[in-house]
Amino acid sequence: MIYFLIFFTIHDVLKAEKALKGRDVDIELVPVPRNLSSDCGMCIKLRGDLEGIMPYINGIEMDKCVSYDGKEYQFLAHS
Amino acid sequence: MIYLDNAATSFPKPKETIDFLNDFVLNVGGNPGRSGHALSLAAARSIFEAREKLAALFCVMDSERIIFTQNGTESLNLAILGLLKEKDHVITTSLEHNSVMRPLMFLSKEKGVGISVVQCSPDGNLDVGDIKKLIRKKTKAVVINHGSNIIGKVQPVGEIKKMIGGIALIVDACQTAGSFPVNVEEDNIDILCFSCHKSLYGIQGLGAIYIRNGIELAPLKFGGTGSRSESIEQPMFLPDRYESGTPNTPGIAALLGGLSFIERTGIETIIRRKQDLRQSILSGLSDIPQVVIYGDKDDGNQLPVISFNIEGKLPSEVGYELNKREIYTRVGLHCAPAAHRTIGSFPEGTVRAAPGYFTTDEEIAVFIDAVREIAGKTSAHS
Ligand SMILES: Cc1ncc(COP(=O)(O)O)c(C=O)c1O
Repeated sequence: MIYFLIFFTIHDVLKAEKALKGRDVDIELVPVPRNLSSDCGMCIKLRGDLEGIMPYINGIEMDKCVSYDGKEYQFLAHS
Repeated sequence: MIYLDNAATSFPKPKETIDFLNDFVLNVGGNPGRSGHALSLAAARSIFEAREKLAALFCVMDSERIIFTQNGTESLNLAILGLLKEKDHVITTSLEHNSVMRPLMFLSKEKGVGISVVQCSPDGNLDVGDIKKLIRKKTKAVVINHGSNIIGKVQPVGEIKKMIGGIALIVDACQTAGSFPVNVEEDNIDILCFSCHKSLYGIQGLGAIYIRNGIELAPLKFGGTGSRSESIEQPMFLPDRYESGTPNTPGIAALLGGLSFIERTGIETIIRRKQDLRQSILSGLSDIPQVVIYGDKDDGNQLPVISFNIEGKLPSEVGYELNKREIYTRVGLHCAPAAHRTIGSFPEGTVRAAPGYFTTDEEIAVFIDAVREIAGKTSAHS
């Protein structure tokens, strides 16, 4: 599964990236997909297990969290 | 050339400052947080890293609560104009810089804000109990200069905060940031305003402000932030709420270099060296009979910012003579007329010697010799 983690500010994107750095997770900073948000900034694209990374970033408020199974985007509830 | 005007802005800058600035302008150059490309992201990373390093230096928990501004003055304007509303009351001290006094005077005239000024002693000592006596129902904030830009006196901000409780403490740390320990958690500072071009070794045109969670300031500026672009409302989240428009990213990159220098050198080492320089200037000047030094020489809680005069000579004359010898001090009122009234040097002001981390012992010796020579000369004005 692929997840797009969308934050309110680029500061929070980078903070989340820093929190996940050095851990065994496959993340990449990508432009926010236009179908998900009108924001022109960046977000984190995660390949793998969302639950596994949440403890590291749960102090950072997320705007949206979206899953993508290759066919459909699904907005997820988040903390 | 001997530069003793580090209280105005530090010079020279560490190599890291120049390297980071160069690298940014040459190789990065993107507009941060505005686009999805690599250069925009690299610019945003410089800003993020600089915020994180500032947070670490001042013990700030959430780095997004540090906002970049143009200078210490803008930070103080944001704090004062953003917090105080019609008919509020504010307490400040007689050692403040005009970047505090002038926005306060504006509020007093335009919004009927009441201002009480605590009188400090000529040595810069403040009786914390005097602040308490001035507290009213409508007191919203206490604004205090953490370290005097005239006599270097450092105020007990933690003690003040304990005494004022829920009233907001706005600290002007323009002189202390990078020169003295500043800990917003330990001292419970609500709003910290500082310059990034003085002892944090950034370049001119950069300042910052820390705003504690729970304090809402009205922004000074509104506009594009790169976030929530679909909305025409200013975002509520930080840092974007207070950072509209393209920032001074080259300046922030240079600051990141300066902060890396501080990290590499160790803030304790820097502070210790500056204290040694203060001592050697004080002992050198004390040996010259015609020299009058302001402030308490024996007080350990002071920055390396030393004000003096030579009996029978105007500070401007002394500054002129020093300048002829390529020794650069700052003379006059240092944008702080109230502080000069407090120490008893208004309206002529003083000669201010402010060494920096890069000042050498030899330079201090040359400076002291020059002052001795100038003191021995008959005045052109007498
Ligand atoms: C105590 C104090 N407050 C405020 C300022 C203003 O800072 P800036 O020059 O960065 O606007 C200065 C320095 O000039 C200062 O020494």
